Amino acid sequence: MSLLINGARLADGTITDLYLKDGVLADPASAPAGVERFDAAGLLAIPGLVDLHTHLRQPGREDAETVDSGTDAAARGGFTCVHAMANTSPVTDTAEAAEYVHALGEREGHCQVQVVGAVTKGLAGEELAELGMMADSKAKVRVFSDDGKCVSDSLLMRRALTYVKAFDGMVAQHSQDPRLAGSTACCHESEWSGRLGLPGWPSQAESVIVARDVELAALTDSRVHVCHVSTAESVEIIRWAKKRGVKVTAEATPHHLLLDTPLVASYDTTFKVNPPLRTSEHVEAIREALADGTIDVVGTDHAPHARQDKDHPFDIALPGMLGLEQALAVVIEVMINTGRMDWPTLVQRMSSTPAALGQVPGQGRPLAIGEPANLVLVDPTARAAVDAAASKSRSRNNPYHGRDLPDPVVATYWRGRQTYSR
Amino acid sequence: MRHLLGCADLSATDANAILDLAEEMQQVQSRPVKKLPALRGRTIVNIFFEDSTRTRTSFEIAGKWLSADTINVSAKGSSVSKGESLRDTMLTLDAMGVDCFVIRHPSSGAAAQVASWVRAQVVNAGDGQHEHPTQALLDAYTMRKHFRSLGREGFAGKKIAIVGDLLHSRVVRSNVLLQNLLGGEVVLVAPPTLLPTGVENWGCQVTSDFDAVLPEADIVMMLRVQRERMAGGYFPTEREYTAGYGLTEERLRALKPGAGICHPGPMNRGVEISSAAADAANSLVLDQVASGVAVRMSVLYHLLGSDEGAMR
Repeated sequence: MSLLINGARLADGTITDLYLKDGVLADPASAPAGVERFDAAGLLAIPGLVDLHTHLRQPGREDAETVDSGTDAAARGGFTCVHAMANTSPVTDTAEAAEYVHALGEREGHCQVQVVGAVTKGLAGEELAELGMMADSKAKVRVFSDDGKCVSDSLLMRRALTYVKAFDGMVAQHSQDPRLAGSTACCHESEWSGRLGLPGWPSQAESVIVARDVELAALTDSRVHVCHVSTAESVEIIRWAKKRGVKVTAEATPHHLLLDTPLVASYDTTFKVNPPLRTSEHVEAIREALADGTIDVVGTDHAPHARQDKDHPFDIALPGMLGLEQALAVVIEVMINTGRMDWPTLVQRMSSTPAALGQVPGQGRPLAIGEPANLVLVDPTARAAVDAAASKSRSRNNPYHGRDLPDPVVATYWRGRQTYSR
Repeated sequence: MRHLLGCADLSATDANAILDLAEEMQQVQSRPVKKLPALRGRTIVNIFFEDSTRTRTSFEIAGKWLSADTINVSAKGSSVSKGESLRDTMLTLDAMGVDCFVIRHPSSGAAAQVASWVRAQVVNAGDGQHEHPTQALLDAYTMRKHFRSLGREGFAGKKIAIVGDLLHSRVVRSNVLLQNLLGGEVVLVAPPTLLPTGVENWGCQVTSDFDAVLPEADIVMMLRVQRERMAGGYFPTEREYTAGYGLTEERLRALKPGAGICHPGPMNRGVEISSAAADAANSLVLDQVASGVAVRMSVLYHLLGSDEGAMR
């Protein structure tokens, strides 16, 4: 496919033409006269977004999501690469399982699928999974996570961090002390949990693990990544650790940037997520940390669930909400439109930095001649009410349904091929 | 109001209307023929996803004495064990033409969720650790009668001490909300480990010093200590709990003259309440049970029996 995009504005404000040819960005001056053209006047062109934290549910829960539907949703959201979390059924804890998901991505993906391997066998938190074999497999796994569960055993976490150094891997931790936030915890521990009678999830159940893990990262001189940071206390610890030079990185989800605890008062299980929606003070701390770089990236924690898994009482329903399609919209709304962040920084947080952390070649690259043609065209002013029924995902647990938000993605191109067009 | 999901939804007018009508309903209890035609032709399903004897029976009697067709469904664990969601279970029953669901569920918020799904009206008969509004209403009804028997009217200036496992109690949440409406003054007493987060903003006094509260309380309401809580490390031993928070014979003697003793049951005699206190002349425990039927008749009548009812 060849396409000449005329007059797009780059994140730095430069107006330019982009020529997509054979999967790379070629010199626009070399485009033949009759080439297909796209008038991008008024639109931004930014590198395709990269998500470090996606649940594609395949294999095992294809009723909730598949590689096909999940990456279709990703393309709709402007993503050209997603990291597929390991908590599938079976768990991605062997080289064979990793290669299977990788092959699915290559065959059916509407964007690149990078495989996240489990840290421990079966996510059981007892024995290391085949970290090295997953790293050496065709999937070239570099990010390992038991997400959904915390690697709570300190010694095992130390060994995981030490082990992945051999191939410069990264352990992405779901920080949740399993005792402090018990198995039924489902609401930010606060006046809200007290009034609603919902088991509380104290913010310190996250920050105590974050504190422990940065110490273990310092001890091992290895890379730890804090998934879905949700509390002001965690932010402070990460800020302190970075100043010390510890190799810690962190992500914020779109929902923890926009939504807060009072939404839970309706007992609408769409708003049940783990970690839970926090109070506005925590939300503010997350926004500030994303702006100043304490939090390095936006990770969607896109967690599709079939309706039958949400049609339960609040404490029983599965946690998780969709995130891929509205991630950019939310970041524009709370960071760009409020003047907290500029576009070059957004590109760092949502494309170049996650690509670098996940060590994904060809992603998060600048839009320059010779680079892979992974990009998204953005209308920064368009808005629309979110319609959950219009989602490309197989699931409908969209927490933004009915909310007026930016509707930025005009078209997405992956490996030079259009994967979404409005 | 279409449903009774919690005391948070009630106004003072609603609450007083329910208590006033309950007085009339209680007269039915002493008649040889205990039947009013008010809800003839209406179908009430008592669906209990959690064990209960007194609440379920109380609602069943209340419905029957109002001539409603009452059906009991013991649904404990069924929707989960058979793989059906709560929503589908309730929609299935709703499709049968039920007028009202009285629902007990171990999960907080379940009654509110059901109310958002079904066409029928819903009464919350206890949802997890959230609310148990008819228990609070029958408690208030019992207290009001007790105060009147002492020649005193109303709740203003009355101090109601609620003692025990407040963290896991739905009764306490409903009682605080209702007493705040009615003008009573609630004092919550518990070990610090059994206080809900944010309780300081509930609009009532909170303390861990039971003995300081005893001489001032017009009502002492003891809550059940669930023995499984001990394994959770909320307090060291049953003995230590009783020493600090039990209504022992010694504490019984320290009560203000005329103070009433309440307990929503079932009681752990010798733990949170001594037998001497449970069976004392000023114990209102059985009055609470008797009041339960009248109050629930009043609630059902307000919801189902009158287009002009206070809760419509």
